[in-house]
Amino acid sequence: MSYEFLQILWFILIAVLWIGFFFLEGFDFGVGMLLPFLGKKDEERRAIINSIGSVWDGNEVWLLTAGGATFAAFPHWYATMFSGFYLALFLLLIGLIIRGIAFEYRSKDSNPKWRHTFDWMIAIGSFLAALLLGAAFANLARGVPINENMMFTGNLFTLLNPYGLLGGVTTVTIFLLHGANFLGLKLEGELRERVNVFAKKLWIAATVLYIILGVFTYIAGFWQHGIVNPGFVPFAAVAVLLATGYFLNNKMEGWAFIMTSLNIVLTQVTFFTMTFPNVMISSTNPAFSLTIYNASSSQYTLTVMSIVALIFIPIVLVYQGWTYYMFRKRISSDKKNLVY
Amino acid sequence: MDPITLSRWQFGLTTVYHFLFVPLTLGLSWFVAYFQTRYYQTKDENFRKMAKFWGKLFLINFAIGVVTGIVQEFQFGMNWSEYSRFVGDIFGAPLAVEALMAFFLESTFLGVWIFGEGRVSEKVHLASIWLVAIGSNLSALWILLANGWMQHPVGFVINEAAGRAELVDFFALVTNPKGWLFFWHTIAAGLATASFLILGVSAYHLIRKQHVEIFKRSFQAATIVGLISSTLVFFGGHTNGQYMFETQPMKFSAIEAHWETSQPAEFSILTIGDLSGKREVWSWRMPKVLSFLACNNFDCEVRGVYDIQAEYEATYGAGDYIPLMVVTYWTFRFMMAMGLLMMLIAFLFLLALRGKYENAKWMKWVPWVIVLPYIANASGWILTEMGRQPWIVQGLLTVQDAVSPNLTTVDLLISLIGYVVVYGTLAGAMVYLMKKYAIAGPDAAMHESVDVAPARVGADD
Ligand code: HDD
Ligand code: HEM
Ligand code: HEM
Repeated sequence: MSYEFLQILWFILIAVLWIGFFFLEGFDFGVGMLLPFLGKKDEERRAIINSIGSVWDGNEVWLLTAGGATFAAFPHWYATMFSGFYLALFLLLIGLIIRGIAFEYRSKDSNPKWRHTFDWMIAIGSFLAALLLGAAFANLARGVPINENMMFTGNLFTLLNPYGLLGGVTTVTIFLLHGANFLGLKLEGELRERVNVFAKKLWIAATVLYIILGVFTYIAGFWQHGIVNPGFVPFAAVAVLLATGYFLNNKMEGWAFIMTSLNIVLTQVTFFTMTFPNVMISSTNPAFSLTIYNASSSQYTLTVMSIVALIFIPIVLVYQGWTYYMFRKRISSDKKNLVY
Repeated sequence: MDPITLSRWQFGLTTVYHFLFVPLTLGLSWFVAYFQTRYYQTKDENFRKMAKFWGKLFLINFAIGVVTGIVQEFQFGMNWSEYSRFVGDIFGAPLAVEALMAFFLESTFLGVWIFGEGRVSEKVHLASIWLVAIGSNLSALWILLANGWMQHPVGFVINEAAGRAELVDFFALVTNPKGWLFFWHTIAAGLATASFLILGVSAYHLIRKQHVEIFKRSFQAATIVGLISSTLVFFGGHTNGQYMFETQPMKFSAIEAHWETSQPAEFSILTIGDLSGKREVWSWRMPKVLSFLACNNFDCEVRGVYDIQAEYEATYGAGDYIPLMVVTYWTFRFMMAMGLLMMLIAFLFLLALRGKYENAKWMKWVPWVIVLPYIANASGWILTEMGRQPWIVQGLLTVQDAVSPNLTTVDLLISLIGYVVVYGTLAGAMVYLMKKYAIAGPDAAMHESVDVAPARVGADD
């Protein structure tokens, strides 16, 4: 396999890992953010958490794998991005920590204060993570200050530009909607009705923000950073988002969930085609951008890693898919049926 | 404080913290899997309770291992970007393999194990806890191979043009003896940690005559595993030391406070140094023993830190290549003392098993054994890592050159203080829950339903 082929292959594999992460953890984050607003009684909150209880950790591993794969395949990308986005990532980590702990600990004590605190940690942690990841990706699309030594020269405030913030907020609303759609599929009874009401409102906010983000991206010309034209993909992403509204109104939760899933996948595809072959765009000087060519590992390492990835990614997909199948049943908030 | 010092403190603290939880996960997963297997075979309700009870403690501990592990994965890029550029071609591979092969396995099947009872078949439920144990221990293997490479780099060339180390032999990386020695020592230490936790908690209940059957069985199993594993820890550690003597002679002499080259070399029983931590004031030594520890022979030569320092200056240029000896010396002694004590204790328990040990007076002291492996685990890593200073990758890259150049003191103070506060709070919540469930006993761990269980914890029935 030629060196260039491997570099492109790894760009695609990392894109796939991020897509998997945003699609899966996207609804986790949404469910987490909705928790204190949607669940009124303790059993309801437990039912909401149980809808993702068995899968959230596995979903998060997609992020770890994307990080690890970036380290192995594009060390400079990993080094520049992680050190450059230092404080943003620090906050992301804090968000993931408080959220992960809260899932496991909230029901282990019956004190209402204890539970209340952890429920809010789930919501705040999920919100922080969604916001920061959205802002980070928007900034990657926009370009960040990088000098000739591949070093990031900005700070946290560099990332807090209007486009970055818009990206963050849009991601939060899309994930909220995606989470609501997932809950629509998993819950029953009164909760299910309540989710539907929420979802319809969220749909309006998400659609408006999403379209503004798209127009901004187009006018600012960010889609021209790479060498590939994303073509119809962003339009398809808007179309499926519009279709979500239709399915929500007709109470077709399964289809609504498929539509937001597609929206997230297509958004990521747009992002990665927009930047290719860059992995980090320098707003200082395009010549300083990190690309799949100057940021990658050696041919040998890429070859070894390809073999590993081609064996293990399919295996992981099979057993993760199997667990979703095993736990496909709806969850009622009837006390007797709640496991924790 | 400069960014390097802060980054080092941050890495050291977060990593030692992560490793407070790791060994228990590694060891306790096998115990839970074993108890559940016995239940599956015998349908004896006591085994089910054992699996549930120890499983609950396992989960409380596991949760913190997971969330602090995410920080570890990101830190290389965040704080050590020059390190990541230099070694990414090699070091990234085991990390990525770890995630693909191990993290997915453990996290996915842990979900199945927690939520699957009654929904998946009993066989699948049993298989899932075994997969969790296998996944956790596989993850240890890969991260230790990665760390082993930093201690003893193999299978690479230096690419001058790219300014980095590049992998040329993946097989060498995977079969690096250093990584496998780490694995041996660490896995055994994990089993020992879990055994001592079980011994301590079981003793607590036995002296109160609660759930006697369950805790006697647990105590017996943990005694046997504890003895075997602490013996394995001992021999693994000894072999580790000998390999260190060959590959990292400076670390070896630093953990022994061995200043001057000698043949045969004497072993320090107690050495007092001065305030710099790098010079000796007084010492009591046993002749020839160090030679034996280093090479299984009472007469070989062991070089002192001064000689090695001179050699390194000739090879790598001027600089201080002597690690902070107070730390390396004392952490090593702590670990050894704990190790020997644990072997002794497990052996005495084994003898006691034949009698009516559950009524013995000394049982009330047994809960304290829980701390022994924790001291040893932390000491072991601190000596392993600090004994390698100033290198981050032995002989190739110093810590000085590895740090992210763009980080400011303010950035690092924010993150360091943030981690300390959050981790401190987590530890509080975790210790609270561990104690509560450990004391509440198996019945509390059996309740499934949301409202019932927590309300009844503490109310022993
Ligand atoms: C010898 C064992 C060992 C060592 C030295 C380390 N870890 Fe660890 N790690 C584990 C053994 C382990 C484990 C036993 O597999 C954990 C602990 C609890 C758990 O869930 O898995 C874990 C969890 C864990 C997770 C979360 C996995 C998940 O979400 O399921 C990550 C990302 C890391 N670790 C990464 C690291 C990194 C980057 C380390 C190096 C600095 C590191 N660990 C040291
Ligand atoms: C979980 C077990 C581990 C513990 C408790 C541990 C502990 C430590 C400590 C205390 C330091 C600080 C040394 C000093 O600054 O003087 C350190 C440094 C370091 N360790 Fe580890 N370590 C562990 C595992 C690992 C692993 C598995 C890796 C890599 C795969 C690793 C990579 C590093 C690096 C890059 C440094 C350099 C930064 C520094 O010097 O502070 N460590 N570690
Ligand atoms: C009984 C005698 C023991 C000896 C001779 C011994 C020896 C060693 C040596 C030489 C190292 C350093 C390896 C290196 O840096 O290259 C080490 C590290 C370590 N020790 Fe021990 N050890 C003993 C007991 C223990 C015990 C009881 C525990 C925990 C329960 C433990 C846990 C560790 C850990 C976690 C490390 C760091 C990882 C590793 O090097 O494998 N050790 N030990």
